[in-house]
Amino acid sequence: MRYAMAMDTRKCVGCSDCVVACQTENNVPLGFCRDWIVEAVGGTYPETVEMHFKSERCNHCDNTPCVRTCPTGASHVIEGGIVKVTHNECIGCGACIESCPYDARYVHPDGYIDKCTFCDHRVANGMNTACVDVCPTDCLIFGDLDDPKSPVSLALKENDWYVLAPEAGTKPQLYFLK
Amino acid sequence: MNEQLIVSGKNIPHIVPHLHLWGTEIALYLFFGGLAAGIIFFANFFYLKGKENEMPMTIKVATLVPPIIIIIGLVLLIVDLHHWMYFWQLFLHFRIESPMSWGAWTLSVIMVPAILWPLSYLDDIIEYLQERNPKCKITGILIWANNLINKLPIVPAIVKWFADNRKIAAYLTIPIAIILGVYTGILLSAFNARPLWNSAILGPLFLTSGVSTAAAAIMWMSNDHKERKLYSKIDLFLIAIEIFFIIHMFMGMLAGGVAQVEAAELFLGGPYTVVFWVGIVAIGLVLPAILEIMELSGFHIPVWIPAFLILLSGMLFRFVMVWGGQASSFNIL
Repeated sequence: MRYAMAMDTRKCVGCSDCVVACQTENNVPLGFCRDWIVEAVGGTYPETVEMHFKSERCNHCDNTPCVRTCPTGASHVIEGGIVKVTHNECIGCGACIESCPYDARYVHPDGYIDKCTFCDHRVANGMNTACVDVCPTDCLIFGDLDDPKSPVSLALKENDWYVLAPEAGTKPQLYFLK
Repeated sequence: MNEQLIVSGKNIPHIVPHLHLWGTEIALYLFFGGLAAGIIFFANFFYLKGKENEMPMTIKVATLVPPIIIIIGLVLLIVDLHHWMYFWQLFLHFRIESPMSWGAWTLSVIMVPAILWPLSYLDDIIEYLQERNPKCKITGILIWANNLINKLPIVPAIVKWFADNRKIAAYLTIPIAIILGVYTGILLSAFNARPLWNSAILGPLFLTSGVSTAAAAIMWMSNDHKERKLYSKIDLFLIAIEIFFIIHMFMGMLAGGVAQVEAAELFLGGPYTVVFWVGIVAIGLVLPAILEIMELSGFHIPVWIPAFLILLSGMLFRFVMVWGGQASSFNIL
């Protein structure tokens, strides 16, 4: 089992529905978010300028610097490669935040470090993550990479894709279709 | 042109616009850790060299400093923890891959010799202070502490046992002191996501810098001419190594990937250029080196000037590295 997410940058309209769905589903405190929308602009005006949206979150990496640098083992990997934080083992030192190239973690107002959980409480019951279910353009795709017929495996087979900062060596599992 | 903008209101404190989670506490903690490691190293090293009576400041009096600053450092570390009520979790786990875990355990282990060493010399320290510096206000506190300790159960026996086995203790303490000194750098270099830090040379560089601040501190406290002269020479040597490491750190980064070149540029034209090259390298390393060369060649330079500059630059260096490192990151366009 290897959970992963694909995100179709051609379909996303940047509505932030995934952000709000996550905040609601996971009781994310006001002013914080576990996923976010990025507007990326590139090229030279007017010939090659292009713009697209990306919905970003924890990459649930295969090679996890956050778990490696955690001094207490609060950051850990559960079945399916989901990276989670045990709140009452976390001392809030911030080593995992410093080690994340994607800045996907934050300090919860209660003191512990919080992050995207790939909605493991929903996934365990056979459901999709909250952000995927709510997306109005179907640009988010979730599934098991070990299952060749899962939606995410098919999406990665049929499309060109890239990941963020592959040079960081973290083997991220959030794929962007282009 | 490439740029990206977060449009969904991700405005999380300490994370956006760029990471700034670790600040003053961590920088001071690293400074105190390096300073304590250096003082402990010198005391144990010169004790093993048999200089017990020749260098009373190094081996006896100065060792009062490490336990105090290690405790201040630990308090700063715990204050910096956002979930600090759970700090004891650090001591329920040892994670070999996490430098933070190594640091927590190293500091705890080194506390034992750091406290027992000055306690076992307390009589000598009091005598030294009464003889050399009768106005010193600390003497009274030390006499009071000495009387108190002698009244406690078990403690005097432990202190005596430590004093009897001092040689073995010194052999065991030296590697722990070196681990502590190196750890202050390794703590930062373990973060691949911050290209400025992600260099193996940071461990030796922080160790050298920490030992150099310790030499400056002992030089400042000592009033023995021979001892001061020795530390002037040691400091000159350490400053030379430090500059050598700094040059190699930048050579390594400039020969690295884009992220590392960009990290180096923070210090080569970027916002940290002046504070680093003028504040740390010129005023904090080169100037005290010149002053010490002048002192060794016969000019009279007040000892506190080079010592103060070295201590200040050591602290500034840690601030700049902690802040600058968090400003460097991978480009995630």
